[in-house]
Amino acid sequence: MSTQGKLRVIGKARRRVDGRAKVTGLTRFADDIVLPRMLHCRLLRSPHPHAEILEIITGKAEKLPGVHLILTGKDFPVTFGIMPVAQDEYPLANGRVRYVGDPIAAVIAKDEQTATEALDLIEVKFKQLKTISNPEEALQNPEPRIHDYGDQGNIHRIQSYEFGDVDEALAKSDHVFDDLFFYEGNTHLPIEQHASVAAPDGEGKLTLWSSTQVPHYIHRALARALQMPASHIRVIACPNGGGFGGKCDLHNHEIVVSRAALKLGRPVKICLNREEVFYMHRGRHPVLMRMRTGVTKDGKLTGMHLQTLLDGGGYGSYGPASTFYTGVLQTVTYELPRYKFDACRAFTNKPPCGPKRGHGTPQPRFGQEVQLDKIAEKLKLDPAELRLNIVAKPDTLTANWLKIGTIGLAECIRQATARSDWKKKFRKMGPGRGIGIACSSYLSGAGLPIYWNKMPHSGVQLLADRSGQVTVFCGATEIGQGSDDVLAAMVAEVLGMDPYDIRCVTGDTALTPVDLGSYSSRVTVMMGNAAIQAAEKLKAQIAEAAGEQLEVIPSRLSFSDGRVFVTENSNKSLSFKEAVEFAEVKFGTLGAVGSYTPPRAPGRYKGAGVGPSPAYSYSACVVEVEVDQATGWIAVPKIWIAHDIGRTVNPVLARGQVEGSVYMGLAEALMEEQVFRRLPPKMSHALVHKIPSLLEYKSPTSLDMPEIDTILIEDPDPNCPFGAKEAGQGPLLPVMPAVANAIFDAVGVRIDELPITPDKVLKALELKAAGKNPRVGPERFPLVPYPKSIFVLPPWEGGDGKESKRDDAVAVV
Amino acid sequence: MAAVPQRVHLKFLVNGEETPVSFAPYKTLLEVLREDLNLTGTKHGCELGECGACAVLIDGEPHLSCLVLGVECEGRRIETVEGLADGAELHPLQAAFADLGAAQCGYCTPGILMTAKALLDKDPNPSRETIKEAISGNLCRCTGYQQIFEAIEEAAVRMKP
Repeated sequence: MSTQGKLRVIGKARRRVDGRAKVTGLTRFADDIVLPRMLHCRLLRSPHPHAEILEIITGKAEKLPGVHLILTGKDFPVTFGIMPVAQDEYPLANGRVRYVGDPIAAVIAKDEQTATEALDLIEVKFKQLKTISNPEEALQNPEPRIHDYGDQGNIHRIQSYEFGDVDEALAKSDHVFDDLFFYEGNTHLPIEQHASVAAPDGEGKLTLWSSTQVPHYIHRALARALQMPASHIRVIACPNGGGFGGKCDLHNHEIVVSRAALKLGRPVKICLNREEVFYMHRGRHPVLMRMRTGVTKDGKLTGMHLQTLLDGGGYGSYGPASTFYTGVLQTVTYELPRYKFDACRAFTNKPPCGPKRGHGTPQPRFGQEVQLDKIAEKLKLDPAELRLNIVAKPDTLTANWLKIGTIGLAECIRQATARSDWKKKFRKMGPGRGIGIACSSYLSGAGLPIYWNKMPHSGVQLLADRSGQVTVFCGATEIGQGSDDVLAAMVAEVLGMDPYDIRCVTGDTALTPVDLGSYSSRVTVMMGNAAIQAAEKLKAQIAEAAGEQLEVIPSRLSFSDGRVFVTENSNKSLSFKEAVEFAEVKFGTLGAVGSYTPPRAPGRYKGAGVGPSPAYSYSACVVEVEVDQATGWIAVPKIWIAHDIGRTVNPVLARGQVEGSVYMGLAEALMEEQVFRRLPPKMSHALVHKIPSLLEYKSPTSLDMPEIDTILIEDPDPNCPFGAKEAGQGPLLPVMPAVANAIFDAVGVRIDELPITPDKVLKALELKAAGKNPRVGPERFPLVPYPKSIFVLPPWEGGDGKESKRDDAVAVV
Repeated sequence: MAAVPQRVHLKFLVNGEETPVSFAPYKTLLEVLREDLNLTGTKHGCELGECGACAVLIDGEPHLSCLVLGVECEGRRIETVEGLADGAELHPLQAAFADLGAAQCGYCTPGILMTAKALLDKDPNPSRETIKEAISGNLCRCTGYQQIFEAIEEAAVRMKP
């Protein structure tokens, strides 16, 4: 692969290839699409968190002038769900609603106003059911079941894995730390509200334009939901106005407008309002955690037992994956010889949780990094030094059989601490001021797709013709992260072109080869590798034809600055256009494809498919805080973030991904929470969203953001295109615990739950003043009926990656 | 309801052009711009005055177009992102935003560009604090704002005569 030599495009700070459209208002988001004869759709949503639907009376609404169609559950007999194992939703409720906001009926009318008026004319008779408001209630109340599937009662998923005998490891440890943590749920809050336009084409086939991060998965799931062949459905992912994981599900409204458009033979549009976006959710799971960790007296980890309890909300969504992700990556950051992980996801009558930036890993990462701070405090070690001493080793396997490649974490810690003057500040900043550190690791793409298959995860197709133009086709989806820019950069680097001369056609299931979508930080690595492969094939054809003309063997040719030339004699050259012409004469119409499938992971036990990745990124974060001890107010003057990115494709965009992650991490640390309250018993006693608006759901404004010092650590990973790992999720993970640790440094209190709000700080300060344990956080972990563990021996104890017996262990040398 | 006219006919001055438009009288300026004038460059994130995505300039002042009724705008000078460039030449703010990563998904960008234009029209040398204050009503979920601050500062430099 041409990943050698001097790079001309990769690593250069550039305007992104789609940058001009974004600043001129020409980027066409889904709600910007207007089609002739287009109708508008609005959804009637449940006011109750849990109820049976006895009757839906639509007569009055149907008679309202301008109403074209009303759909209800009976129009949608088939369930859907983004994961094959969680097909538990109906596009419109089929006799049952499971959260406030669950869609019941749809009105399609001449305009939004008419559709909204018609919603008020639909009468629904409900029989309210007992509401399950949190996982503890779900455990205590197996009946009524929110779903008639799942592992038991109101438990969706429950599982246990043990990699080596953890109890034995803890028993032999110098110290065992046993901590409880709680991470409140929060939501993506993309500024673009979800929108979709569905339209039948001249042949009666369907086109759906949508704000989705995953057009391929939508294409697949929509074919099932509509009971139509996929060949008659075209899904076009519009550029997303922010995704962050919130546009990864197939959503009710996408199916509803598709069905309506097919039925009416006209385009139908829907754009959710902001309140509906809060109900759509699929965001961060609230997770209660218990973490027991053994350490030696010099701060080496001996074993960890992590238990998690997830509040899943009303439907499955990506929940089965989320459940795994609250534990599987816990082994990737530091050396951990033995590990046990119990997880349980409960159904509750709230908007469904799913994947948000970091998917399942920020919660245990928060717990572990705060616990490490406590360990360092107890052992009288510097927390940065403690971490440096236990950083995982490159090219190794973890206890749970994940293959780690390159690791730039030690350098991240060194740089972040040096730039922040850590040694001069830690425990020395005086009352109310403090500094904290935390680290993390993350996937550069999930090793397996969400439905089982052995096909490529990303495909790229290239077209070049005599005009000299190159068009690159890929199913990858631009959600703001710069996926089109990465695609153009990869192809431009290989072919010696200017990235702005390459046309990208992306995210269209009719035109582009399958790419699994913009999630799990997979696009740069997977699409990038596929793009390089396709470009190398095309380059070989062009080089062969050009070599004949220039009378040299192809290997003596270089491609650069839009020319093909003899490496030792650049005067002997052709323009790229001329070279393509000769290639077209020699080979006929030119085209090339490339594809990428991640390497097979070494784990062989059931469940080993979640966690593997072609590469892991690493981050270290240092946060400075000022805590007002009278009010509990937390100010953050500065954050340092060092991120092991492997190789930077475009520093402008990479920095943006890292800083955007820090922003979102700080938001989760200090303010964001998706929380609920019960209405008074005199009213419905319903469980309603406390703050379904942008005003009350607090997120940081320009005035709240501190200065961020971003440090990109380059340690190219051989599995990655030009060595480039992910940057869009990993740097979020260490921010929350670094804030918590800085608060301890500032005022000596532990806040073991997120978000860390002033009232919690004040409460902890009061406890401290009263001579009590200065900690605010969960006090107990309920009895969860975790099953007997699937036991797998770690690689260094004689395991083969399969489930094994405990007495198969060999002595650790 | 019956007494309300179906549509009103008004003239705005949009991006320097006299623009007659006919629309339902309940519509906000945001809706008139997007739905009746096809100026979809102006975005919406809440339609409740909370996110700033719909900011446009009315008589040179930034306003949230979701909180202004179309009927209030008769004869007024309205500037949207579509009018920011001079032909094919980007406004210095647009160029700096594109060059410096101030637009990631690009959805909040038009509102921030218009708000920043109003700032630079009044104060050609704003401090970082002034910039932060000026765009504090515009939410961005992608950037963490730092590259936006830098782009506005860079545009101010590029706009110096």
